[in-house]
Amino acid sequence: MSFDPMDRLMSLCVPSLNLRMHRSLIDSLEIQSCYLLSEHSCLASGFGSIHFVLLVSRQGKVRLTKWYSPYTQKERSKVIRELSGVILNRGPKLCNFVEWRGYKVVYKRYASLYFCMCIDAEDNELEVLEIIHHYVEILDRYFGSVCELDLIFNFHKAYYILDELLIAGEIQESSKKTVARIISAQDEMVEAAKEEAGSISYIIAQAS
Amino acid sequence: MNSIFSGTRLRDMIRSIRACKTAAEERGVVRKECADIRASINENDPHDRHRNLAKLMFIHMLGYPTHFGQMECLKLIASPGFPEKRIGYLGLMLLLDERQEVLMLVTNSLKQDLNHTNQYVVGLALCALGNICSAEMARDLAPEVERLIQFRDPNIRKKAALCSTRIVRKVPDLAENFINAASSLLKEKHHGVLITGVQLCYELCTINDEALEYFRKKCTEGLIKTLRDITNSAYQPEYDVAGITDPFLHIRLLKLLRVLGHGDADASDLMTDILAQVATKTESNKNAGNAVLYECVETIMAIEDTSSLRVLAINILGRFLSNRDNNIRYVALNMLMKAIAFDDQAVQRHRVTILECVKDPDASIRKRALELVSLLVNENNVKQLTKELIDYLEISDEDFKEDLSAKICSIVEKFSPEKIWYIDQMLKVLSEAGKFVKDDVWHALIVVISNASELHGYTVRALYKAVLTYSEQETLVRVAIWCIGEYGDLLVNNVGMLGIEDPITVTESDAVDVVEDAITRHNSDMTTKAMALVALLKLSSRFPSISERIKDIIVKQKGSLLLEMQQRAIEFNSIVDRHKNIRPSLVERMPVLDEATFNVRRAGSLPASVSTMAKPSVSIPNGVAAAPLVDLLDLGSDDIMAAPSSSGADFLQDLLGVDLGSSSAQSGATPGPKAGADLLMDILSIGTPSPAQNNTSSVDLLSTPGINKNPSNALDTLSSPALPHIATTASAGGMFDLLDGLTPSPSKEATNGPAYPPIVAYESSTLKIEFTFSKSSGNPQETNVQATFINLSPNTFTDFIFQAAVPKVISVFFFSPLLSSYQNFFNIVFRSFNLQFLQLHLDPASSNTLPASGNITQNLRVTNSQHGKKSLVMRMRIGYKVNGKDVLEEGQINNFPRGL
Repeated sequence: MSFDPMDRLMSLCVPSLNLRMHRSLIDSLEIQSCYLLSEHSCLASGFGSIHFVLLVSRQGKVRLTKWYSPYTQKERSKVIRELSGVILNRGPKLCNFVEWRGYKVVYKRYASLYFCMCIDAEDNELEVLEIIHHYVEILDRYFGSVCELDLIFNFHKAYYILDELLIAGEIQESSKKTVARIISAQDEMVEAAKEEAGSISYIIAQAS
Repeated sequence: MNSIFSGTRLRDMIRSIRACKTAAEERGVVRKECADIRASINENDPHDRHRNLAKLMFIHMLGYPTHFGQMECLKLIASPGFPEKRIGYLGLMLLLDERQEVLMLVTNSLKQDLNHTNQYVVGLALCALGNICSAEMARDLAPEVERLIQFRDPNIRKKAALCSTRIVRKVPDLAENFINAASSLLKEKHHGVLITGVQLCYELCTINDEALEYFRKKCTEGLIKTLRDITNSAYQPEYDVAGITDPFLHIRLLKLLRVLGHGDADASDLMTDILAQVATKTESNKNAGNAVLYECVETIMAIEDTSSLRVLAINILGRFLSNRDNNIRYVALNMLMKAIAFDDQAVQRHRVTILECVKDPDASIRKRALELVSLLVNENNVKQLTKELIDYLEISDEDFKEDLSAKICSIVEKFSPEKIWYIDQMLKVLSEAGKFVKDDVWHALIVVISNASELHGYTVRALYKAVLTYSEQETLVRVAIWCIGEYGDLLVNNVGMLGIEDPITVTESDAVDVVEDAITRHNSDMTTKAMALVALLKLSSRFPSISERIKDIIVKQKGSLLLEMQQRAIEFNSIVDRHKNIRPSLVERMPVLDEATFNVRRAGSLPASVSTMAKPSVSIPNGVAAAPLVDLLDLGSDDIMAAPSSSGADFLQDLLGVDLGSSSAQSGATPGPKAGADLLMDILSIGTPSPAQNNTSSVDLLSTPGINKNPSNALDTLSSPALPHIATTASAGGMFDLLDGLTPSPSKEATNGPAYPPIVAYESSTLKIEFTFSKSSGNPQETNVQATFINLSPNTFTDFIFQAAVPKVISVFFFSPLLSSYQNFFNIVFRSFNLQFLQLHLDPASSNTLPASGNITQNLRVTNSQHGKKSLVMRMRIGYKVNGKDVLEEGQINNFPRGL
């Protein structure tokens, strides 16, 4: 199994969820390590929502981060560092959940990318796995056999799609078709605006 | 991508960053890009903004600071075109969070965009608001969002609904405004709108009771119908996930039904059928189906009692638990913890499987399983479960041992049916995972051992055997050393053999070997070495035949690099060497440690006043807050009340601290003119070397618990050596050497005659004070003192005031090894204790004018609760006026006759 960013994320996606991870023994990150995050009232009031979404590569490079609860920049980089340390080192065939600072992080690996979502301890982990898969499927449809490189160079597109899927950490659309339709409608608007601007600048260039 | 949004430039930047071989190189590229972007921002060219922000977002993801781009987001959002707005809002959500003030500046733009004619612009604004709005923005923009819930386009309605969930989370007061709009969403057919609508209702129900009542009354049936419809619906490719139609909607509906059914029997009743249907019909071979089942089980367990449904739920969990998929097993363990609350028996049936999960290679599963097992333990199964866990402890991963041993210890402590079993299990845990065991656990073990007098021999032998095999387990070694020190004689003589024991032959020298090994091992920590040293001192008396060898080991420690070890080695050596006569009583076995006090302290509730073992209600004269003194190693005093005046905060100090005997002293401050005198004064006043105190101090210093059993005997032993040298300061460093100053001196035993000679208590050039004594009948503790003040000067003293004070506390210094686990460092310090034993009562003086060469008298009554053991001591101050001038004289009276 290679971890090239050119690998198609979905190509390795088999129905059983546990066949795509690598093994190592470092998997205990205990809750004891500072409760930095739990101090924020915002987190306490978050009922059943996703606190953040994180995409990291096998090498630990961040490919996408989306924060639905307030974290300072410092906390964000700390969270990313801690979590990628734990998740990247978890072996295959282990469950897709890590308990972390009193929360749960649900992660799933697609080719060279780890998709992670942080939820409250009592939330439905299995559903979050479905949400992750849902997102990957939409990405796959949009890019056409999506690979990590697509997400690197078109990271803003990945964000746009995520914004059509989640708001305030809650899922907003269960239909992949609908998401694709809305995204392409907006892309068309951008293209149209660009063409217009292009023709205007052409006219200006002609005139001058 | 055209020239305005120059994709090439963004692509170029990403490429060049990706091409970097080192972090330093990457920083260089980013620095250069940031400089370019700043320059471009300063030029304020609207065409570059788009590209600049895109680059900044990428740089931001790499973890570099990008705050200088925040204003660019606002400018882009304010610009009219959709592409600019789109990237502007994205940048806003990425680069800012709700705590930044800049965010407030965007409120107006958001308001305009929420009213925009283009629905996609409205969508962008709603999305941004839903993701990062602050409470203030929520208040400002709530009316717009509320209106948009009714918008014609479903895409906007669903975004508005989720935006509302954020708003009511931020500002719960606004919940009422959204109730009507939310209930209208429940009738939608569009799945996206329905999902978000259900989510909004769920949010409102958890925030607002009114909303909960409203939805329970008006919407329960509708929701049940919706759930039934999608459960029974035919295949819909758009929403199908692994054979389930829209599991996301399923889950949200089940979640809302859960809050509606919780605490309401009628609503629960209504949903029974559909829950049963979901629980039985949902396919469980795919994750999506299991996610729905999981949610369904949660709902069944939360709503009001429908026992048949619960059986169904438990069965599902049982199936989950035996699933081969780790994810499913994990959630099963999680859910079973909740299920214990209403059906312990059903969960107990899965005990074997759960125990297997404790041994799983997956840390997440192990952790859950261990939590669950600790909830499953009860009096009946504790032995079996503990055995399983301890067996596993032997082979478990190193990093799991800490959690596992902590759990085993708490189980064993909580449910142990008998002491011998408790001790056995703890020994096993210490042997396997001694280095992971927390301090309070082995402290507790020592307390239990101390209380199990019939098991002392058994325990010390078992520990001896264990420590030979597992000498690397620090806490095991500590407990073993302590026990060998205390019960070494039982070890050697095989005292108190139990039927189950194999007889072993341990020579005195073998026992000392163990202790020597601990003290000389380079990786033993300070605490262990300190305990070993104390154990050696104790053994020197228990094993007189090899006391020379023990002495040698102690002497070696004189060269220790650790100051305290060195110091104590010198002192202990002095005890071994020069004070053979007092040694046996010094190092007698400790009294039984008080379990109740230990548990109280362990629970962290330190009482304001120190409770001694016998008298929990005595108050501390000087109000020094101190940890209750429960002590594992004694050098204590009895029959006195004591409180450490030095900082008593150290948790471990009492391990080897001072044992407190019962106090017969009256509590409270001493009534007397000097009642308010400060503590230091008292310490100093009594700390002055004086023959009268010798007796007192040596008793305090060297008394042992043996006194409890045989006070007169112990007293005789102890009153012989006198201590001419008493610490005047509580020197924590312990540089002050008590024992070297201790020289045996012939003691003059008090002659407790009925009559006491009068004394001259004070004499100066102008004033002389004589005391005459008489005992009140029937109370030997009480002494009446008549003070006669004689004016030696030619002047008359007016306003004559005599003030006297006895130390309401007498401070005596004990030495006790003070161990600090936190600093990994130990101090054997001289701890200062304040002992109340005197009370003073003054009668009015016969006159307050003292004529020249005349005299006045005043009566005092002194109660000495330590009568027969301690002598009186008194401080006094005389104030008077001579020719209108204030004179103050002070003095200390140490020459009271013995036996008062």
